[in-house]
Amino acid sequence: MSQVSTSPALGIATKPERRDIGLRRRYAAERRFRLYGMAAIAFGLLFLFLLLFSVVSKGYTAFQQTMITIPIEFSEQIIDKNNERATNPQKLVTANYPVVARNALAKVLGVSEDDRAGLKAVNGMISDSVRVQLRNLVTADPSIIGTTQTVTVLAHGDLDSAFKGQIDLTVPETNRKVSDKQVGWMNQLAESGALSKHFNTGLFTNGASSRPEAAGVGVALIGSLYMMLIVLVLSLPIGVAASIYLEEFAPKNRFTDLIEVNINNLAAVPSIVYGLLGLAVFINFAGFPRSAALVGGLVLTLMTLPTIIIATRAALKAVPPSIRAAALGLGASRMQTVFHHVLPLAMPGILTGTIIGLAHALGETAPLLLIGMVAFVADVPATPMDPATALPVQIYMWANEAERAFVERTSGAIIVLLIFLILMNVGAILLRRRFERRW
Amino acid sequence: MNMMSEAAVEKALDRQMNDISYKMIGKDVSVYYGEKRALYDVNLNVRENTVTALIGPSGCGKSTFLRTLNRMNDTIDGCRVTGRITLDSDDIYDPNIDVVELRARVGMVFQKPNPFPKSIYENVAYGPRIHGLAKAKADMDAIVEQSLQKAGLWNEVKDRLHEGGTGLSGGQQQRLCIARAVAVSPEVILMDEPCSALDPIATAKVEELIHELRANFTIVIVTHSMQQAARVSQRTAMFHLGNLVEENDTDKMFTNPDDQRTQDYIMGRFG
Repeated sequence: MSQVSTSPALGIATKPERRDIGLRRRYAAERRFRLYGMAAIAFGLLFLFLLLFSVVSKGYTAFQQTMITIPIEFSEQIIDKNNERATNPQKLVTANYPVVARNALAKVLGVSEDDRAGLKAVNGMISDSVRVQLRNLVTADPSIIGTTQTVTVLAHGDLDSAFKGQIDLTVPETNRKVSDKQVGWMNQLAESGALSKHFNTGLFTNGASSRPEAAGVGVALIGSLYMMLIVLVLSLPIGVAASIYLEEFAPKNRFTDLIEVNINNLAAVPSIVYGLLGLAVFINFAGFPRSAALVGGLVLTLMTLPTIIIATRAALKAVPPSIRAAALGLGASRMQTVFHHVLPLAMPGILTGTIIGLAHALGETAPLLLIGMVAFVADVPATPMDPATALPVQIYMWANEAERAFVERTSGAIIVLLIFLILMNVGAILLRRRFERRW
Repeated sequence: MNMMSEAAVEKALDRQMNDISYKMIGKDVSVYYGEKRALYDVNLNVRENTVTALIGPSGCGKSTFLRTLNRMNDTIDGCRVTGRITLDSDDIYDPNIDVVELRARVGMVFQKPNPFPKSIYENVAYGPRIHGLAKAKADMDAIVEQSLQKAGLWNEVKDRLHEGGTGLSGGQQQRLCIARAVAVSPEVILMDEPCSALDPIATAKVEELIHELRANFTIVIVTHSMQQAARVSQRTAMFHLGNLVEENDTDKMFTNPDDQRTQDYIMGRFG
């Protein structure tokens, strides 16, 4: 204390000359780098927005479908003129139902039964799918023959496009699919409320059809669902078991190094090669049916396995070695160490990798083309052995069609696919949050 | 005065030699990591119900020796151990010895606290559960309580047994790890620098705990702190460059070591 008070007063040290340590240059470099980063993100966002905008603006109309609600007379004269249906059940199946519908609409529009050109134009307003719709009604309940029922039928695809404003009516009448007369009737029906847009449930339930208004992704959805189930059931246990063995049990030697290199290479093999492999092994050699979701699922499993193995190994590697040491030090066996401690901690990473692998498989088209899943399948597959298509393949097929109504369906199917992918990724994030633990 | 204390030490040593037996005996123990040799023919015996401290500069092989005692070196690729280590009369590197059983008899506490990311209760109960030591839930509860009490942690955590073990402070986590090791009722507990990640207060608690545990367990502790070795151990072994330099009573080691290198290390001339 006394020392402090008696010490001589200290002056302030002289400041040395300021050095140029390049602060301006360093800060400028940092600002530049930030700018590059923001530009890169803006570029990415711009294209994401463009993609979504183009798909949604083209595709949202596909979720609505123009339908006509009219009273239809199930005339015995047309359906079963000679009253043979008791003896010949085929009669009700082969009857000329489009004429029944045409006559009903002609009556509403006041077109005479003798006006052949008029009737033809009226016929062009109703979808051909009315044949199946009315046939199903009649075969389900033959007693409606001779009565008049109010039925909602699909409008023809071209009329649907015209009603949605997708057909340019300034084009000369001869150069477009819808005549002025049909447009007039369309407006008349719309005013009376008989013609209106409904939610398009058919898009989700129908199979392939050459008539766009009756085409849907139902078969593709079921096919994709079967394939995802097969991929999940096969690739998750196989992939996780392989990763655990390689990461936790296998000796590190030249052979396991070779396996590791090969797994990494397999992840980079073009998917179409897996399609060829599937064609050779599953269809030509094992004799599985073509176009079946089973084969598609097996091919996609092969394709997804490397992704899952790599993700799982990375997740296992990320578990701190101290946890393994703690368990082994207590006398846990290696298997107990892995299953009680390492695997639960690696779970978020494994699940994320699996779901990203599944999402990748869901969007995969090329290998499915080679195993015959690019097919015209109208009936919903009951089992994975039945012919089916997949969502991306359905998009590919519709993109090749010419009709205007298929353009909106293509985009509509893309929206459906994107929604599934987003749902799966959200699921991955939620699972990750759910299982994530601090250590 | 020097002579006096030396005589007293000799006397104490004799007494210990007479009524204390060796729990583990290491004979000509050498360890290789691939081509590199980490330990050179170490002969070191561990006395029962005694705290043996292993000291020496970094990289001298003290941790390596510790890890040979419960074969934790087995988990390191390319690690090879020669020589003979016995626990009671069993050669622990005998092919007939099960490493899982060995580790149930020789527990370990690590340098960094490494509780499982589970509840405090589950951390302690895990060992007894995998070894089937508790038949009923009440037995397990008793084991957990006793272990936490032995580790001096019971009063601090008894109201939050089912909260995460990773939420405790560093010192509490390390005592939880000690409780976890104790719960298996091992015969020997190996501690690899158990206090190096702890502050002085937590260190004091763990050291006190080591003192108490000595009554029931044989303890081998690796430490960087010579003061700690002097405080907690009865026997000290000094390693240097993979060789065992000297092994002696702690009192003698820190007052009048036999080897010049020990003297230099303790005086702070190297290391």
